[in-house]
Amino acid sequence: MNSAADFYRDEFARIATTLPGSALPWLRHGREAGLACFAETGFPTLRQEDWKYTSVAAIEKSRFLSPPPTANGVAPGQIDAWGLAGTQRLVFVNGRYQPRCSNIGALPAGVTLASLAEVLGRESERLEGVLGPRSDPYPSGFAALNQAFFSDGVYLHLAAGVALETPVHLLFVTTEPGLALHTRNVVRAEAGSRACLIEHHVALGDGAYLSNTATDLVVGRDAEVEHLKLQQESLKAFHVAALDVDQQQGSRFVSRSFALGGGLGRVDIRVGLNAEHASCTLDGLYMTDGRQHIDHHTRIDHAQPYGTSREFYKGVLAGASRAVFNGRVIVHADAQHSDAYQANRNLLLSDNAEIDTKPQLEIYADDVKCRHGATVGQLDPEQVFYLRSRGVDEADARALLTFAFAAEMTGRIDMAPLRARLEKLLLGRLPERVKELV
Amino acid sequence: MASSTVKLDELISQEYKHGFFTSVETDTVPRGLSEDVIRLISAKKGEPDFLLEWRLKAYRHWLTMAEPHWATVHHPAIDYQDITYYSAPKSRQDGPKSLDEVDPELLRTYEKLGVPLEERALLAGVAVDAVFDSVSVATTFKDKLAGLGIIFCSFSEAVREHPELVRQYLGSVVPYTDNFFASLNSAVFSDGSFCYIPPGVRCPMELSTYFRINARNTGQFERTLIIADKGAYVSYLEGCTAPMRDENQLHAAVVELIALEDAQIKYATVQNWYPGDKEGHGGIYNFVTKRGDCRGANSKISWTQVETGSAITWKYPSVILQGDNAVGEFYSVALTNHYQQADTGTKMIHLGKNTRSTILSKGISAGHGSNAYRGLVKVAKSAVGARNYTQCDSLLLGDRCAAHTFPYIEVKNPTARVEHEASTSRIGEDQLFYCQSRGIAPEDAVSMIVSGFCKEVFKELPMEFAVEAQKLLGVSLEGSIG
Repeated sequence: MNSAADFYRDEFARIATTLPGSALPWLRHGREAGLACFAETGFPTLRQEDWKYTSVAAIEKSRFLSPPPTANGVAPGQIDAWGLAGTQRLVFVNGRYQPRCSNIGALPAGVTLASLAEVLGRESERLEGVLGPRSDPYPSGFAALNQAFFSDGVYLHLAAGVALETPVHLLFVTTEPGLALHTRNVVRAEAGSRACLIEHHVALGDGAYLSNTATDLVVGRDAEVEHLKLQQESLKAFHVAALDVDQQQGSRFVSRSFALGGGLGRVDIRVGLNAEHASCTLDGLYMTDGRQHIDHHTRIDHAQPYGTSREFYKGVLAGASRAVFNGRVIVHADAQHSDAYQANRNLLLSDNAEIDTKPQLEIYADDVKCRHGATVGQLDPEQVFYLRSRGVDEADARALLTFAFAAEMTGRIDMAPLRARLEKLLLGRLPERVKELV
Repeated sequence: MASSTVKLDELISQEYKHGFFTSVETDTVPRGLSEDVIRLISAKKGEPDFLLEWRLKAYRHWLTMAEPHWATVHHPAIDYQDITYYSAPKSRQDGPKSLDEVDPELLRTYEKLGVPLEERALLAGVAVDAVFDSVSVATTFKDKLAGLGIIFCSFSEAVREHPELVRQYLGSVVPYTDNFFASLNSAVFSDGSFCYIPPGVRCPMELSTYFRINARNTGQFERTLIIADKGAYVSYLEGCTAPMRDENQLHAAVVELIALEDAQIKYATVQNWYPGDKEGHGGIYNFVTKRGDCRGANSKISWTQVETGSAITWKYPSVILQGDNAVGEFYSVALTNHYQQADTGTKMIHLGKNTRSTILSKGISAGHGSNAYRGLVKVAKSAVGARNYTQCDSLLLGDRCAAHTFPYIEVKNPTARVEHEASTSRIGEDQLFYCQSRGIAPEDAVSMIVSGFCKEVFKELPMEFAVEAQKLLGVSLEGSIG
């Protein structure tokens, strides 16, 4: 069997001309640079500190193929169930934009919302700085592969002062097993603009495939961006996602990540508070069961003074599942008056579940306020007792308390249709007779 | 605020007070490391074959290992062939029989350090196994302890007198394959302390040993082994000061603690080795492996450390909680000033049922100091009802220092409860203002706040040590803490 590097080199040779922007020399160069970097570094291994608890050997062994460029026959009816009311919807099937299923309504002046492939064909200069070869090293082999193979994604640009009131719903659908899907989203919010995005990953069927997505976000001066992510991949799927955020002065950024699906999931969120008075909120909920493995790595760089960060992740682990949380907060020299808070709370429901959590603080400035906390535990027996004394049986009491534990995170979502969707998903895990108690 | 900063800087930059050098004739083997050097060390100490074999196995294993670099510390490469691996004060053929026979120069050194070695020792109630460089030169209170069946002696003596105990327990907590520095230590360790408390005996006094690094360019490779048999109790103190020196010196000690059923070991350290000068030149590299094994049910091991010295401190006193209901504790104050670096913390490995652990770590960074807490709390599947509470706080003094927290938490049992909390802050101007508005000088206010910050750890130290710890903090940071 040839090596992963050889396999992906052959794949690239096979499909390079079908990828968007293949006629653009700078993009071709950028893709080749990504491929060369992957050939050098390969997939991460357990010996790398950032991948200590997550083995991707199964991804390396699988030879996932790039999907054919032609559109496949997904009917809008097949995906309507995942739609969210009151959103601009962009649907990507097997990594390619599907206008037939999408629904972009009227946009305010100053908003560009289109698929990446379309923008590359129309105004490629907008993307040259973002998708060209990068000077700093790739954070991992997955980022390098994404650079080489990305087939599509969203491009959202907001001119200064523009507020896009309708949330943008990005629905990524995988229809077949055995595919490797690399998608890339680029969001640029100029000074004072506002937007909300929902990144939603789903699958038709329960096959194994690789979904490798990367989102690149710049939040301009005093701009406000919210990024909501709902991961409902198939239970055999490999889901690898990266979110890189560059925040300008006085900007606000909110990320909420809900990981419910996927056999192996890995999310990297990196936020740079790169100017004064920037603030960010990172929230997350992971619920795992069976043999699922979900890994969240977050990194917040307080690079300039007066930055504020708030991070809150919760986990519920059942079956023989495993979750990893690594939250890193770095306060750089001279980033005085930084204020960081981070918490990670985990509920272990079964004897075979495992949690590995590492909240990390690295501080190089002195006038800062930084705290973090992590807890691991089970349901409070006194709370179970309380419910039992009121006639709820033990199993129901536990289900109810677990629901309450998770519902705290969904309750923080402002966007009503998504909140309702998530609550429905959580309720769906409860036994029938308990639902009326909620 | 400006005036207090000036004052603080002045106080922070105080010189190391214990920097003096005692010239004693020493017996040194040539620099460098090879099987011959190890055979020579072993022969000089008249060791039994099993120990020589063990050293050689460790050395051969060490050769296959690479020096680790994952800690958040920076230092120039260490040339292991440029170190002298054995240095003992020259003794008369049979060694000193009483204090009168001990080199007076040595005794004066201890006097300067305030070691209660002679009659004062009796009054102070402390039995000292003083380690001057690598060989124990005097041991007090032996008879009294021997009456209770307690063995407290130098490691070499234990090898001669109680080889069966050494053979049984040596390397059973820190095997010679454990890590790079532990392997090196296993190959070349020169001496150290040995302590065995028989079943049911409560050691009536605090046992203590003083380590000093003296001869130029002599790496110190101490080995300490403490065994508390069933139902025994011992409190052990380790304190360190070292003369001022220019060259970096490597110190790679190994400490092994074994607590059997219902036994309890308290191990306290005050470490004040030479931290290097204000520009960060010189100072000791302190790369130590310390581990305790709560082997029996209901046993307890407690580590307390006050780390103010060394250019680089790199150690993680750990507890393996094997027995059911075992308890592990770790209390630490680490202070880094000038260009000092510390990467320290603990590991609590929960294996037995209802095991409990508490971690309390206080880091203080000043100047260009860098202070990292790195800890692991691991709850194995078998550890039903395990409980851990961790708190690590960092205090920052100065805008060029650094404080880091790397807590690893791995839990495989749903009945475990693990809590971790950490905070980082600096002495607030409002706190200083509050004190000053009540007539407290800025310097006193800073020392009050620092003392308060460390109080929870200091109260775990035996009284004599608590006083010394406060003094050391004072020397390292400023004049008037306490």
